[in-house]
Amino acid sequence: MSFQVPIATNRSSTGIPTSRLGVWWVLASEIVIFGGLIMCYLMFRLHHESWSFEAEHTNPWAGGFNTFVLLTSSLFVVLAHQAAEVKDTVKSVRYIWYTIFGGFVFMAVKAYEYTTEIMHGYTMFKSVFWSFYYTATGIHGFHVMAGMFIMWMISRDVKKGKNLHRVEVIGIYWHFVDVVWIFLFPLLYIAK
Amino acid sequence: MSHAHEMSFWEKYVFSTDHKVIGLQYMFTGIFMAIIGGFFVYVFRMQLAFPGISVPGYGEVTPLAYNSLVTNHGTIMIFWFAMPVLIAAFGNLLIPLMIGCDDMVFPRINRLSYQIFLLSAIVLIASFFVPNGGFGGAWTAYPPLSANAAYNATPLGAPMWLIAVALEFVAFLLGGINFITTLMNARAPGMTMYKIPIVCWMIVIASILFMLSVGPLIAGAVMLLFDQTLGTSFYNAAGGGDPLLWQHLFWFFGHPEVYVVLLPSLGIVADIMAVFSRKKLFGYKTILYSVFATGILSFVVWAHHQFIAGIDPRMANLFVITTLLISVPIAELCFVYIATLYGGSITFSTPMLWALSFLVEFLIGGVTGIFLGASGADVYFHDTYFVVAHFHYTFVPIAIIGFYAGITFWFPKIFGKMLSDRLGRIHFWGTIIPFNFIFIPLFILGTAGQHRRIWNYEHFRDLASPEFYNLRVIATVSLLIMISFQFVFVFNFIKTMRSKKKAPKNPWNSNTLEWTADSPPPHGNWPVLPTCYRGPYEYNHPDRESDFWPQNEPGPDPADPDYKSGPATDSGFQSTNPNL
Repeated sequence: MSFQVPIATNRSSTGIPTSRLGVWWVLASEIVIFGGLIMCYLMFRLHHESWSFEAEHTNPWAGGFNTFVLLTSSLFVVLAHQAAEVKDTVKSVRYIWYTIFGGFVFMAVKAYEYTTEIMHGYTMFKSVFWSFYYTATGIHGFHVMAGMFIMWMISRDVKKGKNLHRVEVIGIYWHFVDVVWIFLFPLLYIAK
Repeated sequence: MSHAHEMSFWEKYVFSTDHKVIGLQYMFTGIFMAIIGGFFVYVFRMQLAFPGISVPGYGEVTPLAYNSLVTNHGTIMIFWFAMPVLIAAFGNLLIPLMIGCDDMVFPRINRLSYQIFLLSAIVLIASFFVPNGGFGGAWTAYPPLSANAAYNATPLGAPMWLIAVALEFVAFLLGGINFITTLMNARAPGMTMYKIPIVCWMIVIASILFMLSVGPLIAGAVMLLFDQTLGTSFYNAAGGGDPLLWQHLFWFFGHPEVYVVLLPSLGIVADIMAVFSRKKLFGYKTILYSVFATGILSFVVWAHHQFIAGIDPRMANLFVITTLLISVPIAELCFVYIATLYGGSITFSTPMLWALSFLVEFLIGGVTGIFLGASGADVYFHDTYFVVAHFHYTFVPIAIIGFYAGITFWFPKIFGKMLSDRLGRIHFWGTIIPFNFIFIPLFILGTAGQHRRIWNYEHFRDLASPEFYNLRVIATVSLLIMISFQFVFVFNFIKTMRSKKKAPKNPWNSNTLEWTADSPPPHGNWPVLPTCYRGPYEYNHPDRESDFWPQNEPGPDPADPDYKSGPATDSGFQSTNPNL
C-alpha cells in the first residue's frame, strides 16, 4: 500500500518538530497512567502499616543493580542521539544496541527476582502489596520491552541512514521509562 | 498530493489514511452503535411501562437481560456514540480542513486509532452473545458487583465489557494525541492562536481533558481485570483492598468525561451561531478562558457522585463548593452565546434550530444539576430517576442535538449535497418535543421517589400506583415517537444523496477555511494549501460591503492594532485568492 507523508507532518507552527511534540504528548498520557497507579499504592500504603513487613521481602540489591543498569542504558541512548545528530550511523546503531542490551539485562534480573519471590510464596495473591508490586513492575517491564522492540526497528532504519530523528524520539521515551523506575524503586524496595 | 495510481475500494475506504475517510468511518460506526443503544432503550422502556409484555422485536425481558440492556445502553451511548461521533468524527473531518492543511500529522496512527476502536466495538457486541449475556453491573461498574462473577452472574460478559472499554480508551488516546499535535503544529501560515475556529479549540481541549483524566482509570481497569480474572483483591475489602478506590478512579475520569463530550458540542454550536446570526462571535477569548477554567475545575469535582458512598462529610463539603463553582464558567458560556445572538440577523435554518435548542435544553440539565451537587439534596435524590432525567438533559443535547447540529451544518462540505431544510425542520420538531415529554415525567417520578435500575416496579407497592404508571407510559410513548421521527432524517439523508444537485463551495457564506475547499474536498483537500489572514468570525464588518470576510482572503486583519478603518480590499463575494 502506498503511503505519502502529508504536508501537515512536516509543518511546525510551534517550532518544535512534530515527532518530538507527539512523543511528549504520549508521555503526558503515560504519566497519568503511572501516576494513578502510584497514587493508589501510596494511599493504601499510608493506611496499612503492615505493608512495610511485606516490603521486607523485596530484593533491594537486585533493584539497585537494575537502577544502575537502566540509568547507564539511558546514557547510551543519549550517545546514540549525539551520533545520529552528526549522521554517524555506525556509531549510532552501536549505541542503540548497547541500550537494548541494557534493557535485556534489566528484564533478566527482573525475571530472577520474580522467580525467587514466587518460589518463596510471595505471589500476586499473597496480599494487595504484592498485587501492586507485580502490577506496577509488570506494566513497567512491558514498557521496557516495548521500548527495546521499537529501538530494534529504529536501528534497522538508522543503519540505512533513514529517519535519524527517531533516535531522539525513542530516547525521550526511554528516559521516561527510567524516571518511572526511579519512582517505583524507592516505593517498592527501599521504603520499609 | 494527487495519487498517481487508481486506488482500489479497500485502499480508498477501508484502509485509508485520509482524515475525511477515517472521520466518516468513525461517524458511521458511531451511528451504527447508536442504533444498537437506541434499540436497547426501546426494549427496557417497554418493559418499564408495560411490565411483562413480550416486546415486539425482542421478546420477554428477564431481570438479567434488563440489567445488561441498561448497562450497555449507557456504555454504548457515551463511549461508542458520543465520543466517536463528536470527538473522533468531527475532529477528523474538521480540524485539518479548518486549520488549512492536507491531513492529520500522523495519518497512520489515525488509521490505527480507528481500527482499535472498531475492534473494541466488535468485542462489546460479541459480549452480548456469550453465555449469560453482556455485562449487567451498570456502566459505572462498581465493585464488588463488577469484580465478582458470583454477584454479577456474567463471568464472560464482565471481563469482555472491561476489555472493550479499555481498547476504546487506547483508540481515543491515539486519536487525541493526533488532534492535539495537529492543531499545535500543522496550522496554515498566519493562523495564530486566537484565529483558530472555536470548534477546533474545543475538540483539542476535550482531547487533553480526556488524556489527563483517563490514565488512572486505565490503571484501575487493569486492576479490576486482575480482580475479575486472576483473583487479586485490589477492590475486595475481605482481601485487604478497597471497593471505594474504584469509585474514585472511575469518577476522577467520569466527571471530566462529561466535559470531554460537552466541549465539542459547545464548539459546534458556537460556530453555527456566529454564521447564522451574521455576527462576530461575542467574547472569543472569554469563551476560551471559561473553557480552561471549566477544564481545571472538572478535575476536582468527582466525589459529588459519591456523597452517599461513605466518604467523609467534611470532604463532601469541599466537593459541594467546587461543584457549584464549576457552574460559573458554564453559565458564562451560555451568556456569551446569548450575547452573540443579541442584535444579530438570525436565520432559523435547521442547524441554527439545533444550536438554539442545545442552549435551552442544556440549561435545564445544568440547573437540575445544582440539586445533585448539593450534598444535602443529593442524599434524597441519589439513585432516583431525577438523576437519570438530569444527565439525559445534559447528554441528549450534547450527543444527539450536537451531532444533528454539526451534521446538518457541515453536510454540504462532507457529502457535497444540500439536505432538505423542510424535512430537517420536521425532524427537528419531531425530536425535540418528544424528548421533553420523555424526561419531564422522569423528573416527576424521581422526585416522587422512583429508584433507578429496577426491572419491574410492580414488585414495589409504593411505586406501582396508576399515577406512576401513567407517567411511565407517557415517557415510553414519547420515546417511540422520537425514535420514529429519526426515520425522517434517514429519508432526508438517502433522498439528498440520490439527488444530482451539487452543493456550492460555501452555501452558508461562512468565513472559515473548510468552506474554501471543494465540496466534498478531494484527497489532499486543496490544490494549494490556504493562508490565513484574519480571525474566523469577521461577519458584517463595517468596512466591507459583503457581510462576511473569509479567513483566506488576502488583506488586512481588523484585529491588528495597526488596522485603519475604511474600505480597503473588499472585492465583494468573489475572493481574490488564487487558491480558490
